[in-house]
Amino acid sequence: MTTGRPKQNREAIFLFLPALLPILLFSVYPLLRGLALGFTNARAGLHVDTHFIGFGNFSKLLHNDLFWSSFKIGLIWTLSVTILQFVAALGLALLLNTNIRFRGVARTLALIPWAMPPVVVAIMWRLLLHPTNGPVNEILQNLHLTDHPINFLGDFSTALPAVIVVGIWVGMPMTTVTLLAGLQGIDRTLYEAAAVDGASAWRQFWNITLPQLRTVIVAITSLDMIWNFNSFGLVYVLTAGGPGGKTMLPMLFAYNEAFRYGNFGMAAAMGDVMVVIIIVFLAFYLRNRLRSEA
Amino acid sequence: MRTRPATRAAQYVAVVCYLIFLGFPLLWLISSSLKSPQEFASIDPSFLPKHPDFSNFTDALEEQGLVRSMLNSLQISVASTVLVLIVSLPVAYALARFRSRLRPITNGWILVSQVFPVILIVIPLFMILRPLHLTNTIPGVVIVYTVWSMPFALWMLQGYVAAVPRELEEAASVDGASRVRTIVSIVMPLLRPGLIATAMFTFISAWNEFFFALVLLQDPQLKTLPLVLARFVGAEGQVQFGPLAAASVLATVPSLVFFAFLQRRLTSGLLSGAVKG
Repeated sequence: MTTGRPKQNREAIFLFLPALLPILLFSVYPLLRGLALGFTNARAGLHVDTHFIGFGNFSKLLHNDLFWSSFKIGLIWTLSVTILQFVAALGLALLLNTNIRFRGVARTLALIPWAMPPVVVAIMWRLLLHPTNGPVNEILQNLHLTDHPINFLGDFSTALPAVIVVGIWVGMPMTTVTLLAGLQGIDRTLYEAAAVDGASAWRQFWNITLPQLRTVIVAITSLDMIWNFNSFGLVYVLTAGGPGGKTMLPMLFAYNEAFRYGNFGMAAAMGDVMVVIIIVFLAFYLRNRLRSEA
Repeated sequence: MRTRPATRAAQYVAVVCYLIFLGFPLLWLISSSLKSPQEFASIDPSFLPKHPDFSNFTDALEEQGLVRSMLNSLQISVASTVLVLIVSLPVAYALARFRSRLRPITNGWILVSQVFPVILIVIPLFMILRPLHLTNTIPGVVIVYTVWSMPFALWMLQGYVAAVPRELEEAASVDGASRVRTIVSIVMPLLRPGLIATAMFTFISAWNEFFFALVLLQDPQLKTLPLVLARFVGAEGQVQFGPLAAASVLATVPSLVFFAFLQRRLTSGLLSGAVKG
């Protein structure tokens, strides 16, 4: 086996060749260049004298109110969507793992939102939440839960909760299916043994299901946090960050800085700050993964 | 295991709630696409269209920008899918079969590129593509999509290659077939289901993609379907709900086809891989 190593390396490099140039040029280089750009005064348009300015962009960010609010909104959005969708998905996965009717329908339905174009999801929810034509307002009024139509996406107090609900709707399927795969991997004899010992369903859930799912749970929630923290298209089409910046996620803030105001350096600095947070989430994921492989 | 009737009832209530939460939005979109403008104007929206017809679909398709954007999306998605497969297959093979130093590096790159904030990538990409005269062009977007779909394609393909029994390849090499020959005539035919799954996944990612397209494509003639749909909503006030819903349904058709084909394999293979890695 060891004697084959150098030859294997050579063959592997040969098979990598067609991919190497595009990956280096359009992925690795932009990744590194992007990280460095936050420390420069780069601007859109003709690049006149882009140079290193140290932490200039970062100190400007720290004095920008919109940065802090987008940051706070980003964390609220990330944590609420991830946690709520996880709880809902775990419930759904447990249900779909029993011998219940409609299992097939529920499973198929659970996947469609995930594959729909995010722009279409946003349009669909704008139709649903529309103050005068939307069915959600219609239903709430018929149930006498409100006496006037609510402009969910346009009102200061309801906009963020509304986009969070849509975020849950989009993210739940993936989480459900992953948890379901995890549930199906649990050894059934553990439950049989527990049942013989007289453990209640609740105890079985706490002492068998959750510990057995641990790796899957940490993996999917840390990845969900990263994806949610990075999300852009859905909220861009739902509210574009409005009303009054109430749904301005970090990516929307960075997009505006870069492509509305032309502040490439500033936007990249925002991206660098995001990377730091992502590294924290990623650390959980990697530690968990290494432990499960050991 | 026996379940008490009360628990059973609670389970069904829960399942029905979930089905409504997941399914109602989709049904509303479809039913909206079949409603007439008069029905939208009525203060009392009904769930089902009173006189379902397809005029919204024909209206949407007469909108020139929409048909053109569909063709743009189709071109971009097909081209990047073909390129992704051509470039990824040898790499996936090497990753699955050889214990080379490139393997941990590539897997690290796959992970990083999945979690990196795209704002950091898109600005340098913009700066690289501009001197090559590839910003605001279809080939430019194809290149970007190809490179950015590769990590996931590699992830999927690696698993499919690993599932092909090594013995078949060994037998071929005993018979004197070269490595390339073995890959083409032994591995590829067995990989067909995996290649189809990967191709569909890549196609859907490109078809749905919004952010890169938003930044890279300015020319209205070149805009992809998601961009044109998003612009539809932007100009509220004069927005036509019926055609918008119809266009949204049309944009979702590829995803539905994808699921009809792949439902089983996707749920088991792809997602268990996401956790085991």
